[in-house]
Amino acid sequence: MTLNPVFKLQSSSLSWQKQPVLNVLDLHIHAGEKVAVLGKSGAGKTTLLHSLHQQAPESTALCGQTLGLVSSLSVFHNIYMGQLEKHHFLYNLANLIYPIQSQIKAIKPLAENLGLNDCLFKEAASLSGGQQQRVALGRALFQNKAVFLGDEPVSAVDEVQSETLLEFIMSRHQTVILALHSIDLALRFCDRIIGLKNGEIELDSPSQDTSAEQLRALYQD
Amino acid sequence: MSGSGSSHSKDAQSGTRNLQVESMNRHISNPRSVSLGFVIIACVCLIFADTSSFSAEPWLELSRIAYGFISPTLLSSSDLFSSLANTLAFALLGVGAAAILGMLLTHLFEWRIVRLLCAFIRSIHELFWALLFLQVFGLSTLTGLLAIIIPYTGIFAKVYAEILDENDQSAYRQLPQQTDRWSAHLYARLMPSWPQLVHYTQYRLECGIRSSSILGFVGLPTLGFHLVSYFKQGDYSDAAGVLYVFIAVIALMRFWTRKKYLLPLAVAAIIWLPFQSSVDLDLLQRFFTHDILPSPLRQEAGIFSVEAWQQTLSWSIILFNEQALIGTWNTLLLTQIALVGSGLLALILYPLISPLFFSRKQRMGGHLFLLVLRSIPELILAFVVLLMTGPSMIPAIIALSLHNGAIIAFLIGRYTETIKLRGDSPVGVDRYTYEVTPRIYKPFLAFLFYRWEVILRESAILGILGIQTLGFFIDSAFEELRFDRALFLILVTAALNILVDSASRAIRQKLRLSTAPSTLEDVV
Repeated sequence: MTLNPVFKLQSSSLSWQKQPVLNVLDLHIHAGEKVAVLGKSGAGKTTLLHSLHQQAPESTALCGQTLGLVSSLSVFHNIYMGQLEKHHFLYNLANLIYPIQSQIKAIKPLAENLGLNDCLFKEAASLSGGQQQRVALGRALFQNKAVFLGDEPVSAVDEVQSETLLEFIMSRHQTVILALHSIDLALRFCDRIIGLKNGEIELDSPSQDTSAEQLRALYQD
Repeated sequence: MSGSGSSHSKDAQSGTRNLQVESMNRHISNPRSVSLGFVIIACVCLIFADTSSFSAEPWLELSRIAYGFISPTLLSSSDLFSSLANTLAFALLGVGAAAILGMLLTHLFEWRIVRLLCAFIRSIHELFWALLFLQVFGLSTLTGLLAIIIPYTGIFAKVYAEILDENDQSAYRQLPQQTDRWSAHLYARLMPSWPQLVHYTQYRLECGIRSSSILGFVGLPTLGFHLVSYFKQGDYSDAAGVLYVFIAVIALMRFWTRKKYLLPLAVAAIIWLPFQSSVDLDLLQRFFTHDILPSPLRQEAGIFSVEAWQQTLSWSIILFNEQALIGTWNTLLLTQIALVGSGLLALILYPLISPLFFSRKQRMGGHLFLLVLRSIPELILAFVVLLMTGPSMIPAIIALSLHNGAIIAFLIGRYTETIKLRGDSPVGVDRYTYEVTPRIYKPFLAFLFYRWEVILRESAILGILGIQTLGFFIDSAFEELRFDRALFLILVTAALNILVDSASRAIRQKLRLSTAPSTLEDVV
């Protein structure tokens, strides 16, 4: 593990669609950390994740709130889209017309872990909201990047399943940064909590030193 | 635009001034005033238009035609089969090639020059292209194919580019940044739009069958050729038989254009059509370097002499004053009348296929009626009416209004399927006037103005039936083998078309009518 931070933000003002949203005085995130970002909606979680992604687009996978699924393509193809960059155009074309066996082999276990093995060759449009979110998650995971950035990646699935999914995300990535809506999940799965409030980083501490009470304050006016 | 600007203005005085401007703007951009304006223009046009009827006994002819249509015959079935096969083969190969070329051109569509080129080639009617190529390639497969491929490529490039741009881009934007351009395009731009692209291409294939059949008007061996000759000889039963087959082919398109049939059909079309082994290069060269040059430039060293250019200028002015001006005037008269005619007819006919007015069973008749009206090419419709009324603008007005009115009625009728009415809403005429028509009015105008340019192109081409629109003068020039005049007049027609196209776009923007093909589906 290196001591050099993977991400570094110093006295920067982050904007979302040209509106300043978040002021960051000093933020370092090191390799190996599992970070949860909490805060009310509109607090700047998405803005923060996007700016982190822009710092190292080659080595991070971003699973955003906009799913970006191609509804006329199958689950298999939607997941495969995470690795388009690794293959030649003609290979991608061939795989679009007729799924290539080795790619099916690579994607099948992933789909099983996401609970999607029954609908691997169904059109994305025919899936439920929770299933679609898992397909989007699948595409981000299939990128096999060192860092995983997730913007509420399990917001549309039930509690039990979200735990399984978070475990799965953690097991596949060394460094994980998640915007979450659940204090409980954040404390259980991450070792560092960043709380956003009023356009600032209000709180930044290890999970074990943080109480649910403290975090609840983030959501109060 | 001005609305949001003025609301931020703190200066009270400029605020009131803005308000005045705004109310003026609102007046211009009010669908009601725009509609009224167009109706008034059409009425004035009607005064100037030649609406005299020459035929002594229109009812006799009408009854003979009606008799023909209730007693159709398929006498010469081998002739019928080969001309039907020709029609479908030209349409399938022409539209297929144009779709591929158009798709390739969308990648260059950011370039202004490509957009202009596409606007130019689609502004010239396929019959004019056919007349041009006829001089070089004769009555050959190549002539028929090029006449469809060229204008359709321009249309496909434009509409495909619009569909790709207006579609949801979120998948495209979220791909890993290192994804190569072509893979990203394929998976995240082409595939999301795929259903719409296929749908639009299918619709264009239907248009292609119509285009291909009317190529028979200039002598190519398609259905139009037989239709015209049967009608001319008064064999209305034979003509009706051909027309019924034609309508059936279009009505059953859903079944024979399935994915699995398309490739075998295309191969069959290539085998079926006779391809010439050689092209007369001398003729080709002569045509492009001599025949289509303005006659004063054809003298020796013509293009290098100032005098020849001066003569060309006066040649152009004379031609413009003597033919182009009259042609343009009549084309515009016909266009404006037919535009309003189509609109009125569409508003009357749309309830026929709307679930808000009729039950599923009742709508079947309406669907069939609209299908028949829109399947028959307007040129053939005009020709039939012409037999009854004699040559004037009347047949053209009737044909264009019926054909385009039926298309728009079909589109807004289907649009009403998305309207949810309250349980206690009125029924009958009250529902039509209070509930539904106000809601469909804006999309209706969008559909109508989309067709403006199409109606103009058709108005011009109807001149080959003897009405003095631009097509009349172009056709005469070809008959007299004066290709320079023909080309000049074709260019005038193209310019007029591009002008109307941009006027239509300006009005649609002013009225804030959606211009997205995704919401308008198959309008262009």
